[in-house]
Amino acid sequence: MAIDSDVLVVGGGLAAITAAISASREGADVRLVSHKASTLRQASGLIDALGYVPATEPAQPLREGPPTAGRELDRDDWPDPEGPLADPFEGIDRLPETHPYRIVGADALREGLDLFDELAGDAYRGGHTDRNALVPTFGGSVKPTARYPAAAEAGIASDDRPALIVGFRSLTEYDARAFAGRLEAAGVPFDVAGAEVEFAEAFRADTKVTRLAKALDHDEEIDGVPAREALAKAVAPHLHDVVDADGGVDRVERVGFPAFLGDDRGDEVRAELADRLGADAFEIPMGPPSLPGLRLEDRLYDALDAEGVRFETGNPVVGIETEADGRVETVAVDRKGRETPYGADAFVLATGGLVGKGLDSDREGVREPVFDLHVEQPDDRYEWFVDDAFGDQPYARFGVRPDERGRPLDGDGEAQYANVFAAGGVVGGADVAREKSASGVSLATGLVAGRQAATEATQ
Amino acid sequence: MTRDTDDDTDGAGGERDDGSEPGASPGVPAAGRDERPSVFVPHDGEPERAVATDGGAERDAATDGGRATNDAATDGGRATNDAATDGGVESATGGAESAELDPDAYDPVDVFPGGDLDLREGADSCYKCTSCDTSCPVAEVDEEFPGPKFQGPEQWRLKRKEDHDIDESITSCSNCMRCDDACPSSVPLSQMHNEARGQFVEEQMEKLSVEYVRNRILANYRTSARLASVFPRTSSFVMNFGPVRWAMEKTLGIPKERDFPEFATETFREWWKARGGAQVQNPDKRVAYFHGCYSNYNTPEVGKAMVRVYEHFGYEVMVPPQKCSGTPMFANGMLKDARRHAETNVESLIEAIGEGADVIASCTSCSMSLRQEYPELFDIHGIEDVSEHTYEALEYLRINEDLEGELAGTKLADEQSFAYHAPCHARNQGLSRQAVETFRDVDGVTMEDVGDSCSGISGTYGWKEEKYEKSMKIGEEMFEHMEDAEGDVGMTECPTCAMQMEHGTGYEIKHPLQLLEETVSA
Repeated sequence: MAIDSDVLVVGGGLAAITAAISASREGADVRLVSHKASTLRQASGLIDALGYVPATEPAQPLREGPPTAGRELDRDDWPDPEGPLADPFEGIDRLPETHPYRIVGADALREGLDLFDELAGDAYRGGHTDRNALVPTFGGSVKPTARYPAAAEAGIASDDRPALIVGFRSLTEYDARAFAGRLEAAGVPFDVAGAEVEFAEAFRADTKVTRLAKALDHDEEIDGVPAREALAKAVAPHLHDVVDADGGVDRVERVGFPAFLGDDRGDEVRAELADRLGADAFEIPMGPPSLPGLRLEDRLYDALDAEGVRFETGNPVVGIETEADGRVETVAVDRKGRETPYGADAFVLATGGLVGKGLDSDREGVREPVFDLHVEQPDDRYEWFVDDAFGDQPYARFGVRPDERGRPLDGDGEAQYANVFAAGGVVGGADVAREKSASGVSLATGLVAGRQAATEATQ
Repeated sequence: MTRDTDDDTDGAGGERDDGSEPGASPGVPAAGRDERPSVFVPHDGEPERAVATDGGAERDAATDGGRATNDAATDGGRATNDAATDGGVESATGGAESAELDPDAYDPVDVFPGGDLDLREGADSCYKCTSCDTSCPVAEVDEEFPGPKFQGPEQWRLKRKEDHDIDESITSCSNCMRCDDACPSSVPLSQMHNEARGQFVEEQMEKLSVEYVRNRILANYRTSARLASVFPRTSSFVMNFGPVRWAMEKTLGIPKERDFPEFATETFREWWKARGGAQVQNPDKRVAYFHGCYSNYNTPEVGKAMVRVYEHFGYEVMVPPQKCSGTPMFANGMLKDARRHAETNVESLIEAIGEGADVIASCTSCSMSLRQEYPELFDIHGIEDVSEHTYEALEYLRINEDLEGELAGTKLADEQSFAYHAPCHARNQGLSRQAVETFRDVDGVTMEDVGDSCSGISGTYGWKEEKYEKSMKIGEEMFEHMEDAEGDVGMTECPTCAMQMEHGTGYEIKHPLQLLEETVSA
């Protein structure tokens, strides 16, 4: 006997959740199955829609033939990407035709963002406008993004209040002074200084950020002083570190911290720090491990629960059974050694791309391992990439190619299965790293795939 | 009724506690005897290490040795086997002298000699994303703990060199296995931890130390429980008697704050025997119940609920002889003990499977152990079969019965709200939501998930004086969420999580099977 639902979503990230909720709102009974803990916890927590339109061709035509690794390309031949874009929607027309935004349409992105705003509620900002915000990210760059956590709000780069960036010696991956220098070099409209403070010294050198967050959440005593107070005390001597263009000293009005200001009680931690410092406190989104990602994961899974979507994490989907008419009838979920069939009228595949392991590759080729969907790729492995690391890498666009309903196409351009839809990183055609469009692609394709799957299932 | 203290056997399985070899019968493997040597814990009486005769062909020797065992097993030539099966691999996980490699023709993986349990592939898959560290409940409260990434792949690499001991911090890992679930690369983290912990205990831990003795007692809970169950009321009293607890803390490092679980006046197996075993006979629908120690000695009501619910659905329940699943032993690095118990369990469960049964456990750590840790750590004949046929009790019904249909429209007479906590070992089997989903459609039942934090007790972990505070700190979030929840009855599948929930909140804790029993009989 199979475990049945109208729509079965395979995957656990932003695209999968969006698809599940969209399908559920169309009246379908939805189940979500993901192999591992959600990849959201590796994500920055920023929701990008479209920040850049990168060039897909070098300025100079190639000598002949396709771009291959065997050909040295002059990096100067590639025009700079267009951007940062103030408005993500106006750049969509200039993306390649095979880009998922072009396939599902700008409205899907708009509705996807609306859905996100509703689910994220007061934890996120940026929904008041179509325009991108510029948010400083870990590493010192400024990133155009559509939605950002409330915790990062006081840090946005269009704000001209002087800022202090705080770092800790024990957080080796994060150098506050270099960070501040890079922000200045990026031409931000405010004065900024970086300072390394002694707070984390009470902890071991390789303390996990979750430990720091927990200590702040619970305001644990550190050497006899409550953690939040200890942190404020460590920062206080640096509040006048900022020197303006005339050599004058400014008192900073906002202080940026690596994103570990509490987990469950982040708002409370930030408010107390602001109170003690007389300056706003904000978080700078970091790479993994990412508390903003973890918090978003919690929020969205609560939303799934509230929506009545059933979900389970921990077991992979390893195979499919098809009916005579070529529709997929069940997928096999490997429950610790035993394959259990899960039946549905429609399926959404949202397992991620090469990094999320929704695509698998070896020297022979790139495959989609669950449904064995067609993944377009050059036969010659040397055409998967070009020498210029920042150029238009063909592999970055690998993935399944959907029709406008989100159904993956086979080699002949026909929908491979009538009742299988794809969303998120497994969908090819976008170079999300260069475009800063990963979340937007997940939201737009997730929304379409979820709705279409529900339509397919309930018709 | 007569009290049978030796309730390992239900009469049908034969007496095996004396360690004697069972006679092989056709179709039933001579279980308990290895095809290959254990991963790194030698059999008792087995020579610790054998000499490689041909340094250049270790891998071959190991495989040959494995084959030799199979052949030799039939003619009972044990001494030769053991020598051969070691294959010159010192710790079987590697660590032997590097073989001379022909520089012109070797596979890169040959640089490090593998063993029967070659974890190199797992170590190679780790790309240091630190997802495991972020999900580790111990690292969250203890900055001294280097985290699962270090304990697993990093330490594994360090160990390739002869002069590296296992870092003592491995004993701070609670074996919650959350890192497994978090790893996007499927690095077998908990397997690596179990292996390292076993090696640490075997080779580095002082066998006369209080800590070792205490851990051994905790890990072998079944033995203590069995003795205590002879005089359950006296035991329950004595174990929680103030001065006794004080003495236990001082001499054994068992925190006096903890309350020992009450021992049932009638164990599950006694009840089973008294009722005359199965009330339903059905060759087409059979399950073999792995009750585990806790529902036998402490909470037989869970086992009874399991039997009644399954009989309600027309299943014939078998209760094969069994020992501890091994979970507390893995967590304490007592792999020899775990192996001994596993041999008995696999043997009797494989027999039940041969009679058409699937294996059902009501404790999620037991099912986790049978499903994942057994095949990861031991190579006992039939162990894969047991793994593939094992399910958690509620999971099995959800797969094989129309539970949703059965429960739709049912109504509990007394409205009741529950604060449900998913045990880590349920989470790792994909079962963290099953209770919430199952009871969603039952009128009168409100089931609130209290979130994804770990309870912190992790079996025997919270029973150690030096870990007690850590364990309570991990559990803090769960306690808070439970108190915020509407219900004042807790619910979970794991007996030690239940202990911790009760300890931290004072709530009564139930097992989903108990609620299911009430619901189907309502």
